[in-house]
Amino acid sequence: MAWLIRHGWLIAACLFALAFPMLATAVGQDFYISVASRVLIWGLLATSLNLLVGTGGMVSMGHAAFFGFGAYVVGIVALDAPQWSAAPVVLPLAIVATGILAFVIGAICLRTRGVYFIMITLAFAQMLFYIFVSLKGYGGDDGLPLAKRSPLGTLKMADDTVFYYVVLALLALCLVFLARLRDSRFGRVLRGIKDNEVRMESLGYATLRFKLTAFVIAGAMAGLAGALMANQNGFVSPNMLHWDLSGTALVMVILGGLGSLWGGLAGAVVFMVLEEVLTSFTSHWQIILGLILLGVVFFAPKGIAGLFARKAR
Amino acid sequence: MKKKLLCLALAGAMSMAAQAADKVKVGFVSTLSGPGGILGVAIRDGFQLGIEHTGGKLGGLPVELLIEDDQQKPDVAKQLADKLIKRDKVDFMTGIVFQNILQAAQASVLGSETYYISPNTGPSELAGAGCNPYFFAVSWVSDSYSEATGKNMTDKGYKNVFVIAPNYPGGKDVVNGFKRYYKGNYAGEVYTKLGQLDYAVEISQMRAAKPDAVFFFLPGGMGVNFLKQWHQAGMNKEFPLFGTGWSFDQDTLAAVGEPTLGALNASHWNLDLDNAANKKFVADFEKKFGRLPNEFAAQGYDAAMLIDAAVRDVKGKIEDKAALRKALEAANFKSVRGAFKFNKNHFPIQNYYLRQVVKDDKGRFVNKTAGTIFTDHQDAYVSACNM
Amino acid sequence: MTWILFLEQCLNGLQFGLMLFLLVAGLTLIFGIMDLINLAHGSLYMIGAYLVATFTQATGSFLLAVPLGLAATAVIGMVVEATVLRGLYKRDHLSQVLATFALILIANESTRAIWGLQALTLNVPEALSGSVELLPGLHYSAFRLAIIIVGLLVAAGLYFLVVRTRIGMLVRAGASNRQMATAMGTNIKWLFTAVFGAGAALCALAGAMLSPLLVVQVGMGESILILAFVTVVIGGIGSMRGAFIGALLVGIVDTFGRAFIPPLLRTILPPALADAAGPSLAAISIYLLMVIVLFWKPQGLFPAGS
Repeated sequence: MAWLIRHGWLIAACLFALAFPMLATAVGQDFYISVASRVLIWGLLATSLNLLVGTGGMVSMGHAAFFGFGAYVVGIVALDAPQWSAAPVVLPLAIVATGILAFVIGAICLRTRGVYFIMITLAFAQMLFYIFVSLKGYGGDDGLPLAKRSPLGTLKMADDTVFYYVVLALLALCLVFLARLRDSRFGRVLRGIKDNEVRMESLGYATLRFKLTAFVIAGAMAGLAGALMANQNGFVSPNMLHWDLSGTALVMVILGGLGSLWGGLAGAVVFMVLEEVLTSFTSHWQIILGLILLGVVFFAPKGIAGLFARKAR
Repeated sequence: MKKKLLCLALAGAMSMAAQAADKVKVGFVSTLSGPGGILGVAIRDGFQLGIEHTGGKLGGLPVELLIEDDQQKPDVAKQLADKLIKRDKVDFMTGIVFQNILQAAQASVLGSETYYISPNTGPSELAGAGCNPYFFAVSWVSDSYSEATGKNMTDKGYKNVFVIAPNYPGGKDVVNGFKRYYKGNYAGEVYTKLGQLDYAVEISQMRAAKPDAVFFFLPGGMGVNFLKQWHQAGMNKEFPLFGTGWSFDQDTLAAVGEPTLGALNASHWNLDLDNAANKKFVADFEKKFGRLPNEFAAQGYDAAMLIDAAVRDVKGKIEDKAALRKALEAANFKSVRGAFKFNKNHFPIQNYYLRQVVKDDKGRFVNKTAGTIFTDHQDAYVSACNM
Repeated sequence: MTWILFLEQCLNGLQFGLMLFLLVAGLTLIFGIMDLINLAHGSLYMIGAYLVATFTQATGSFLLAVPLGLAATAVIGMVVEATVLRGLYKRDHLSQVLATFALILIANESTRAIWGLQALTLNVPEALSGSVELLPGLHYSAFRLAIIIVGLLVAAGLYFLVVRTRIGMLVRAGASNRQMATAMGTNIKWLFTAVFGAGAALCALAGAMLSPLLVVQVGMGESILILAFVTVVIGGIGSMRGAFIGALLVGIVDTFGRAFIPPLLRTILPPALADAAGPSLAAISIYLLMVIVLFWKPQGLFPAGS
């Protein structure tokens, strides 16, 4: 029974996601298709961060570095090497380039832990932020507009519905990958490290290598999210590297449910809907958002995913 | 979430059914919260006062003004612009304060062939090769104020000037405008971190460099911090300080007070400009909002007046985009800055004034117009515009 | 470069460092004793600055406004501690981050609702507005000297507190063994509240000392937050000595970076490249410092409890 209820929700959500563009068009609100793409991309970013924070126990406040870097890969390729700007080239390029960046940053940051880790990841994101703000060739503070979305075969990427399904497909791929990763030996070791790193070390695991691998996967996935966001907005800016964005992604993860496969996505959806609804009520909406977040900390420490799990029991 | 979205959708559908009546829909996206919010609020207040002065209508048609807060985040602004254009199908867009925000929303607005009336930021790109038939600025090009300041410092015979600006391309563009008209030497040029708090290091450097005068461009809170520390270090007694009008707008003067006294700055507008439209604007603004207006409010007011004039000129037929463009280009309205006309790049040809901060007879810090620097000034980019 | 300018820049570095120390002293106290990551630290600083500015306008005296503002901020801090933060001490750092992030949102919006968007003004008291001639030809702002003196006094006071008193014992015990500290008495709950109040008052002191130099507006808290955390992390979290040394180090590195990197690069690089790289390098100097320190000492310079 529990199984059915739990998966009932999941199936309903999937069907809803698949049918969303049709529903939105049917009621004449096709504008919300592009909003939904944006929510899904935030969901992908939060999901990637959740692998780091929720599964691996590495609280990063610099995840925006990878998100923004992935976006800049798309922007810079479109400007300097337009022949490579097709999605099948530029998206893998963004993933690989961000993965390499994550490897370098991770190798340094993972020497530390706890609050030190929070701050050193933040420092790297801040450095990238200041560098891109001052890079005149790529727009600096003004950002870098893209002429068009990265072409993908014969698909009309400019169409919001088409782009929505591309994002949805990539998000689904990432979720399937993460689901398998969690159940693999790698996932179990990673969770073991989160619970007790010393024990895992004494069991003979090279914990640093596992953590670094998770860091690179999370970074590369955030890079993909950034590359998609660049396409969604038609625009790249240093704001995508700002610590504010890292903080928002972290809030989404905690809101959605730490370590839960769906946590990041659920958090992103709830956060964005809350923002949309609250801003229409009052200009002082941030007070209400703050109170809601406090409520989550005290009454739903496992986030939305935790609420659902409780219901299912 | 499903339910909520459906409700939203239904509400949206109903509002569209009621839309048959003829009216002007204006989408106003601006920065209304956070540290930059005070600028957006000034523009919004000016714009709303403008609509009030035209009897709650624009060009004789009822107005639906949709105000949204971009929180000074480019991606939020982009989404809001999409929402106003695709969902609400607005006829005009306006409101954006910052250049990087406009850059993000620009493609959505201009790409959809919606007229954008800029009440503030005027990127040089849009004034030159990238000029756009759907973009009109009632403000200036981003380096106009610094051009005027540079000209004024040359005219005054300064030979050795120290320049300070933030280290990002926008800051360097403003300094380039300054360099176009300032012909002397440089005692020093410093580019500081965006958002820097403490300027003791740079102030020490200035004092050691012994310049004739200092030109600073530090927008927002950076400028206020710099001014306070400049004053605190006693630099105001040693060196004349020149800035752009943005650093000495009325809201800043009211907040910062004493440290601004005596500073010289350039702007296209001032409280004391002697024309009937401006007198009415200043008096009614103060009556309605309890504070004196600044140039941002004046620009918001003029944006409303421009739309009003254009809609009136096409007799409410705003669907005719070509006629509407002609009407906008004609700009048949009384600007609070005095004479107003558009150049072929849709940026104003206008005067720039020298202002000095003084204390008025009520003890308030205000700008006093101290001369005209440029008469009917054209920006440096218009020749590159093929429109 | 003259010796006078060099000395002046050294003083600037010292002054900036002590200004940072004022900012992080409260953060360190709270972290050291309660193991609480308080992102809302910047909000207390903002509230302190707003209150001191408001009291200055109301009473006409900065010297009177400072104790009033400190006391009021301490009360606000204690109320927040007793109602919200108390429940977070035993929670993980992530919950603390989320809860105190929520407090930032609430504090910023409430401040905006009360005081409006207009920045407040707080000018330097008349007595401190001039400059002092320290050496022949070396004039230094009296108010900045006051910051140096207050910073040193706070440092000395906290040193005494940490080394000589029961609270200090708790700081040291708390940093090395939290459970022992919690077991040390029944009234510890209220002691924590008092310590939080003291930390809030220190924030307000920083706000009071900095607001004549910096703009008092919503968002001022976040602009110092990152700087404060960088400082704390370099010094070693929870260690008062580390906070002091870290603050001075950050102050000096940032100041020297800004004062000397661009001219230095201009002598060794082509001008165009130097002008592009110099300011950017200066802007990230403290982050580089942090990365280097943590690479070499992953727990900061003075790990607490060592």
